[in-house]
Amino acid sequence: MRGNLAKAFEWTNTQVIRSAPLPKSYTDYLGHKLFLFLLTVQGLGAFALITLGVLLKKSGVAHSVMQPRIRHEISRAGVALLPMFLFVALALGFVVVGQTVSALAKFGQINFLGSTMVIVIVRELGPLLAAMLVLARVGTAHVIELGTARALGEVEALEVLGIDPVHYLIVPRVIGMALGIFSLTVYLIIGALASGYLFAFLQDVPLRPMDYLKQIAGALNWLDFALLALKTVAFGFFIAIVTCYHGLAQPLRLEDVSRVAVRAVTQGVIVCVLIDAVFIVLYLVT
Amino acid sequence: MSEISTIPAIAMHGVSVAALRDPLLTVVADVNWSVAPGEFWVIAGQEQSGKSDLLMLAAGLMLPAVGECQIFGREPEVFGEAEPAERQRVGFVFQGGHLFNQLTLTENVALPLRYAQNLSGAEAAKPVAALLELFELTSLADVTPANLAANWRQRAALARALILQPEVLLLDNPLAGLNPRHRQWWLNFLEQLGRGHEFFGGRPLTLAVTTDDLHLWRQPSRKFAALHAGKFFPLGSWDDENFSRHPAVKDLLFAPNENKI
Repeated sequence: MRGNLAKAFEWTNTQVIRSAPLPKSYTDYLGHKLFLFLLTVQGLGAFALITLGVLLKKSGVAHSVMQPRIRHEISRAGVALLPMFLFVALALGFVVVGQTVSALAKFGQINFLGSTMVIVIVRELGPLLAAMLVLARVGTAHVIELGTARALGEVEALEVLGIDPVHYLIVPRVIGMALGIFSLTVYLIIGALASGYLFAFLQDVPLRPMDYLKQIAGALNWLDFALLALKTVAFGFFIAIVTCYHGLAQPLRLEDVSRVAVRAVTQGVIVCVLIDAVFIVLYLVT
Repeated sequence: MSEISTIPAIAMHGVSVAALRDPLLTVVADVNWSVAPGEFWVIAGQEQSGKSDLLMLAAGLMLPAVGECQIFGREPEVFGEAEPAERQRVGFVFQGGHLFNQLTLTENVALPLRYAQNLSGAEAAKPVAALLELFELTSLADVTPANLAANWRQRAALARALILQPEVLLLDNPLAGLNPRHRQWWLNFLEQLGRGHEFFGGRPLTLAVTTDDLHLWRQPSRKFAALHAGKFFPLGSWDDENFSRHPAVKDLLFAPNENKI
């Protein structure tokens, strides 16, 4: 188990590279950074595969212990964030949707409302904003909790007790975050579209609720639902992998935890943007 | 039973031990050590001598940098794929306990049992309560480790290590930071475990403890080893002729002992 856990980090052994003196020329410096980036990608990829393997292989192991942990993580990355997401949905509706509706109405282009809303809110802003908020609220907590547990020797304690740390610590967080981001994105999209219409209504935009709904429903197709589910689950899975990797897969001291948390959040944002780019290509191709 | 008596519980041949936090740093080299079932070993060494790393290697938590380490005749790396029952034959008590801070004492002790046997909290309650009573921890059952004194944390860690009734128990400096009353309790309890405690079915446990103070472990039936200058030295028993002459022993017998405060 320890072998599995350590492989993701020790194969790459980025500590050695990081502690090496910085090269003097700009090209060497760039190469050094690129090399570090590739090592991180390799470590994250190995960690993701190990987690996926454990997730599938141990799905039925110790479910009396694991089910409450999974429920707790779903609650933490989903249910507990509902009030905040309601506020963000209202804000997004007022700021983006309401203004878009009134601007399209002003220029007589209200027929484009459905496709505009689907592209802006359903495909892009909704999932990305939900992922960023969950990364900030829950992802950082993951790094700090796991980093502290690692620094205090709790991971080694799990291993000697015959408990796979990836199964016990990572799997519930991955499931919780994937389901949490998916559910919160749906709430965020519905909330933003509803509050956006409310804002437009208050501005006396000549658009009946049924027409607004028909336009949006008409612009949506089955692929939007399928890719939205895939995209949000991918966001959740990879945010959990990045944050757990930095918290768990390397030996830490307590003073390292804050530095690692910053690095994990930065990489989490980059990963989300990359996933988003992949899905943009998918939308364009399909 | 005959298989258990012939295969060493722990066997190391030409092993180099790397530091847990820095796999590139070798802390102890050339370890040749064999622990037979039922033996009680005391491994002494100064601070930073590699005691904890050696014990973690013996528990299968780390792989040797060089050489061969076997636990019950198997390479520890095999444990990753083996049934958890294989790993549960070895119990480990960390210095300081390493309890899970977000869980209560009952939850800490119950966790390995619940995970191994897929039990609910209610199903695990009875054996856990019995063990807590044995360790005089019943009144502290619902307390989290952060709110416990170090003496009781260490005792709870021992209870957690014994809940699955391992055959080998490895203890990393278990007496460090304990007051005299608790220290005496530990010495008596470990002696009983070595002989076979009735609570655990009377089966003698194989024990290995590390220490930085040899005095506390003086007992003719125990076997001693020392870590000195990055090397592992088997010393034999306390009464052996060469025991007190070894330079490592001299240091460890006269080392300032914080536990006596």
